[in-house]
Amino acid sequence: MRRKRKPFDWSTAGILAVMSTAAAAVYFRDGRDRFLEILFHDLRLFADVLAKVAAGCLIGAFLARLMPRELVAKWIGAESGLMGLLIATLLGAVLPGGPVTIYPIASAFLVVGADVGATIAFITSWTLLGYTRALVWEIPFFGLEFVLWRTLLSTPLPIIAGLLARFLIRTVAPHWEGRP
Amino acid sequence: MTLYIVEGLLWGLVAALALAAAVRGRILFREGVREGAMDFLRLLPKVLIGVVGSGFIAAIMPPEIIARWLGPDSGFLGVLIGVVGGALSPGGPVVGFSISAAALKSGAGAPQVIAYMTAWALFALQRFFLWELPIMPRGLVLARLIASLPLPFLVAGAAMLLGRP
Repeated sequence: MRRKRKPFDWSTAGILAVMSTAAAAVYFRDGRDRFLEILFHDLRLFADVLAKVAAGCLIGAFLARLMPRELVAKWIGAESGLMGLLIATLLGAVLPGGPVTIYPIASAFLVVGADVGATIAFITSWTLLGYTRALVWEIPFFGLEFVLWRTLLSTPLPIIAGLLARFLIRTVAPHWEGRP
Repeated sequence: MTLYIVEGLLWGLVAALALAAAVRGRILFREGVREGAMDFLRLLPKVLIGVVGSGFIAAIMPPEIIARWLGPDSGFLGVLIGVVGGALSPGGPVVGFSISAAALKSGAGAPQVIAYMTAWALFALQRFFLWELPIMPRGLVLARLIASLPLPFLVAGAAMLLGRP
C-alpha cells in the first residue's frame, strides 16, 4: 500500500526555504541574541515533541496491522444509518497514523462494503479529531485547554459531513455506490 | 505535568499494541516496529524544520496586520479569511499548526484560528493531491469536499457563540 517516496520532496524544500527566510529576517532585523533565543526555545520544543512523534508512528504501524477490517466494514456498511456515522467518527478519532495509513484504510473500507457517508465521516473525523495528531502536534503548540475546546466543538462535524454527503449522493447520483 | 500524562498515555498504548502484535506472531511484531521506526525517521527532518522554523515565522508575522484581519473583532470576515488561508496553506501538520500557533501568539482570535485550522485540516492541498485523489474514488472525494464546505464556519460560529476557547 505504501507509495514510493519521490526522489525530491518539493513541499519540504519549499517549507525549508520559507523557514530559512524567516530565520534570516529575524537575524538581520532583531539581531543575533533574539535569533539564538528563538532557536534554543524551538529546539527544546522539538526535543519535547520527539518521543510523542515516535509513539504516534509505532501506534499507527501496529494498529494498521491489527485492525479487523471486515468487521469494521460491517459496522459502517451501506445500511448502517446514523450508528454507522457515529462508529466511523469514533474510528477516525482513535485510529492514528498519517495519510499514509488513513486513505488506504478508508479505501479498504469501501472495498469491503462500507457506506460512502460513513467513509467520509471517517476521513473527516481523522482530520479533525484524530487524537494522536492532537497529542503529538497540537498540545505542544497550543496547550491543553485550547485543544480540548477545539476538539469538543469539532466533535459533531464528521457526522454533519457524513449526513450531507449521503444527502448529496442520494439527490445527485442515486445509483452511484462509491466502489473504487 | 500534562505533558507527562500525554506521554504516558501514548507509550502505554504503544506497549498494549506491541503486546497484542507479539501475541499474534513475531513477524507481525517485527514488521510493526520496523515500519513505525521508518515512519519516525522519515518524519524527523520535517518535524525539525517545522518546529524550529515556526518560532521564526511567529517572530516575523506582523502583529498589527494579523490582529486587524484575524483578530477577535474581525468577526465573520476574519473567519472567511481564515478559511481561505487554511485551504490554501501547503504542507503537513507541522506547517498548519505552527502557522496557526504563530497567528494566535500575534493576536488572532480563537474562532478565526480554529476556522483556519479546520479548513486547513479538511482541504490541505498537498494531502489532497498526493494521497486522497490517487487512492479514493473521484465521486467520494468530490462529495467529501462539498460536504466539508460548511464545517469550518460551523465550528468557528460555535466558538464565537460560546466564547471559548
